[in-house]
Amino acid sequence: MSEKRSKTSILTGNVSRRTALKGLGASAGLTLAPGFVRYAQAQSSEPIRIGFQAHRTGIGAAYGRWYERTTMAAAKAINAAGGINGRPLEIVTEDDGTDPKRGAEVVEKFASQHKVDVVYGTLFSHVVVGAAPTAGELKMPYYVVSEGYHVASGKLNRYVFQPGITDVKAQVSSMAPWVTSNLGKKVTMIFPDYAFGHDHRDFFTEAVKAQGGEVIKHVPIPPTESSFTRYFPQIPSDTEVLYHVMVGPAVLTFVKELGEFYGGGGPKLFGFIDSLEAVDMASPGLEFLDGSHFWEGMPRYLQADAPDYVKAYRDAVGIDQNGASVDDPKDVSTAAHMFGCWETLYVIKAAMEAAGYQGPGDRQKLIEATEAMTEFAAGPEHPQGKKIFNGKLHQCFGHQYISQVSGGRLEVVHRTEIEDSMYEPEGDYTTQSL
Amino acid sequence: MAGRATTRALLLHLAVLAALVVLYWLLPDYHRGVLARVLVLAVFAAGYNIVFGYAGLLSLGHAMFFAAGIYGAGLPVYHLDWGVGAAFATGVGAGALLALVVGMLALRTTGVAFMIVTMMFSQVFYLTTLYFTQWTRGEEGLVLPQAARRLALPGLEIDLSDPASRYFIAVALFSVVLMASFAIVRAPFGRVLVAIRENEERVRMLGYDVFSNKLAAMVISGAFCAAAGAAYAVLFGYIGSTFATIQYSILPLLWVLLGGAGTVLGPLLGTVFMFYVVDITSGYTSAYLLIVGVALIVLVLFFPKGVLGTIRERWLRWLP
Amino acid sequence: MSFGPHLLLATLEGLVTAAVLALTALGLSLVFGVMRVVNVAHGEFFMLGAVLAWFFSTLVTGSPATGFLLALVLSPLVVGLVALVCERTVLRRLNYDPEATIVATIGMLYIIQQLALTFYGPEARPVQAPFSLRIALPWFGYSGYKLAVIAASIGLILATWLVLTRTRIGLIMRATQFDRETAQNFGIPVDKVYAAVFALGAMLAAVAAVLIVPIQQAHYLMGLDPLLLSFIVVIIGGLGSLRGTVVAAVLIGLSDGIISVFFSPTLAKMIATLLVALVLVFRPQGLFGQAAR
Repeated sequence: MSEKRSKTSILTGNVSRRTALKGLGASAGLTLAPGFVRYAQAQSSEPIRIGFQAHRTGIGAAYGRWYERTTMAAAKAINAAGGINGRPLEIVTEDDGTDPKRGAEVVEKFASQHKVDVVYGTLFSHVVVGAAPTAGELKMPYYVVSEGYHVASGKLNRYVFQPGITDVKAQVSSMAPWVTSNLGKKVTMIFPDYAFGHDHRDFFTEAVKAQGGEVIKHVPIPPTESSFTRYFPQIPSDTEVLYHVMVGPAVLTFVKELGEFYGGGGPKLFGFIDSLEAVDMASPGLEFLDGSHFWEGMPRYLQADAPDYVKAYRDAVGIDQNGASVDDPKDVSTAAHMFGCWETLYVIKAAMEAAGYQGPGDRQKLIEATEAMTEFAAGPEHPQGKKIFNGKLHQCFGHQYISQVSGGRLEVVHRTEIEDSMYEPEGDYTTQSL
Repeated sequence: MAGRATTRALLLHLAVLAALVVLYWLLPDYHRGVLARVLVLAVFAAGYNIVFGYAGLLSLGHAMFFAAGIYGAGLPVYHLDWGVGAAFATGVGAGALLALVVGMLALRTTGVAFMIVTMMFSQVFYLTTLYFTQWTRGEEGLVLPQAARRLALPGLEIDLSDPASRYFIAVALFSVVLMASFAIVRAPFGRVLVAIRENEERVRMLGYDVFSNKLAAMVISGAFCAAAGAAYAVLFGYIGSTFATIQYSILPLLWVLLGGAGTVLGPLLGTVFMFYVVDITSGYTSAYLLIVGVALIVLVLFFPKGVLGTIRERWLRWLP
Repeated sequence: MSFGPHLLLATLEGLVTAAVLALTALGLSLVFGVMRVVNVAHGEFFMLGAVLAWFFSTLVTGSPATGFLLALVLSPLVVGLVALVCERTVLRRLNYDPEATIVATIGMLYIIQQLALTFYGPEARPVQAPFSLRIALPWFGYSGYKLAVIAASIGLILATWLVLTRTRIGLIMRATQFDRETAQNFGIPVDKVYAAVFALGAMLAAVAAVLIVPIQQAHYLMGLDPLLLSFIVVIIGGLGSLRGTVVAAVLIGLSDGIISVFFSPTLAKMIATLLVALVLVFRPQGLFGQAAR
């Protein structure tokens, strides 16, 4: 496995008129030359190239860093075990700046300059949605790890998959039964006032109602906000459970201010760990969270009953017992999401092997092979747990974890069943032509 | 003399346009796709150049006009199944109308106050796109289905997601805007704008209606920027509120300043330059923003008037 | 919660916003007023102040107050030095040309942001408040540190005001702001004044950032909001008017907080922004500015 970046570019180096013209001439010649496309003939020793769309800069950088580490670890593990179809795996990384415009450009760059086999790894929903049309037009398989409800909404296209992480609708709906029967039935929700937050609002409100509970108040927070105390008075005093989900750099402020506002008292708290991904639970100001509960995609802290393959996964990625980097205990991982990178790479591997994938000419076979998958068993390739995959919806469904904060650690108290998270599918991508 | 300069300039611009057409057959796939995108963004920059480069109005709110084009064209296609042609026209109209309203208010101010007022209006527009998340899906945005992105002309249907048609539509749009800019600059109206930039008081003394001229510049600029946005929506199929954020107001300013404010070809040059600086440096280092920053500073130290602005000042006085 | 306490809370929050904003905007106002430079990198000096505050506070162990005080002293000094280098190596060579300085400061913005990302990282990191005191009011709890921020900000603004109006340095600055060429003719070293003003402006932003990090965390993208808000405050207050800047900061901080009591938050932001914009439209010289000369 080696990381390779853009190699040839007509404008590399000194942009004097002569070199530019020479470059143009050369590339023109190459385009015209027969057999310029390297994968015209199958070459068994050529590496399989996977374009990794990474949030290296921009608002997603904290997640991006760990997505990159997980990806590299998985690629290393796959290569150590003989690669894909006997060919080594090569990760080509490009930064999308967490921007939908650049995201689409990067997909284009992967397809026509890097000549990768598939593109993978995007997290932030707006980048996924922004880049999806380009992937569809270029007929480039695009495996995202985003937890958004975009793939499953049926609004994207046949080339986009989310096989490694459950979407937000499934996550949220599966939380409701436990919350209403263990914490309380009168819920107030605090969420960011844009699509991501609205998904939580809509899906959770509905799920709570189905459980006989009630969301008594919605408190949306505008996206430009960096201080939150002034919104807390809107929380009704008869609230039993306060459901919170915030993203972005201001999340720690939010949680701290909540602590100051309520002191020791107040309603029970249930949050999405998105609020505190990459944040040390031992940070000053978070003491009051002790006893409160969080959703986790995968436990950040090593649990006592963790199977060996979970330990192996954690060692490979390089996180310690507390879910922080083994090199720097202050560098806390995004454990609740990044497992999706690991699992998605193994799904790509399995699909490529099922399709007998040789090169870009087999992309349609790859799509169909992915759609034919139904289930991923828990194990070294799927350390988060078993998944059920809906090939028509291009979306997987898995177990969710509810953890309680105790003594500065998150301890798992409940694991939902996969069935808790299933819903009526809204789309069927297999009806679209390839 | 003036006549010869005009001919020379006209020939230069036509040559640039011809080169853009020819480049389609010379460029490898990737750069062809890039150029289509860059040309649409260069239209955005060219629109910005009208108010900033010629009328001397520093706006930090042009993202709202670009976004007005995106939403004005994209939402009817998505929700009402409109044809692409009508949607594009709606997008341009939305931008022009918004520019008219914003211009009537913001042009009461000058200088930095104008900059701040436009920035705040743009911020309100951005928040509006989020407030109506029900229809816009806010920051996540919407995908225009590929099937809807077809331009129906009499006896001909063009698939806008096809790289070749996309390229030539982008070139066509850019040509229209470039030649329109050229015509504006050569027309008395353009000269009045430049005169306002240089000395507003004197223009007023001479009996010109400064406010109306500035307002006209705003509306034209808004329409150009909205045309870029509308084209972006139908050509690339994505609409989202990211395009209304302050970054997308700063970008055209940067492109125009790099290429040369108040030059007709400057916006294109600046957009191309900025794109490739990011694209190439990000291939070598993850710290590419550092290189972009250094490049900007070096460029501004040696080409303080932008590339074309400096060339015009030193060598080619006839450049429009 | 009943209306009265809710309003009290919104007011307190607004005052904290205003306190930090006033300091940041004061820095921008000086640079803007004296040098006529639109410093797009001002928010990055703010960010740098916060990031350095985290760095310095981790250098010492023991009481959080020691680390915080160390940061309060060292962080603005380092930021001032960085600003000085920027001014000497770039802005001066551009002869403070308004357009060129915009590009140059955008360049600085990218450079500072990238350096922060590379050496500090993408995470949001907290700095512990020098003291932790939760004031329990009958209706809600409130952070004692936030009240201290308001007090500290008032102190710093008064000090700046004294320097500008009562000292020779202040006189020189004001003279340069009023008329650069005349000042030069009277033997004022305009060049040095510019360097000092640019550094001082950045230092004010850094001080504001150090005060805010125990409340909000240091993050490499945190500079944009203070930059935009400072611009608004400076213009609303009237260019170069210190009193105007402070009044505008309080006005904007409070209106932001109080309008959110009455409307849904995003709508409140829209209305507040629109109102402030309209104030400018109908009073372009700002609240305390002189009509354009």
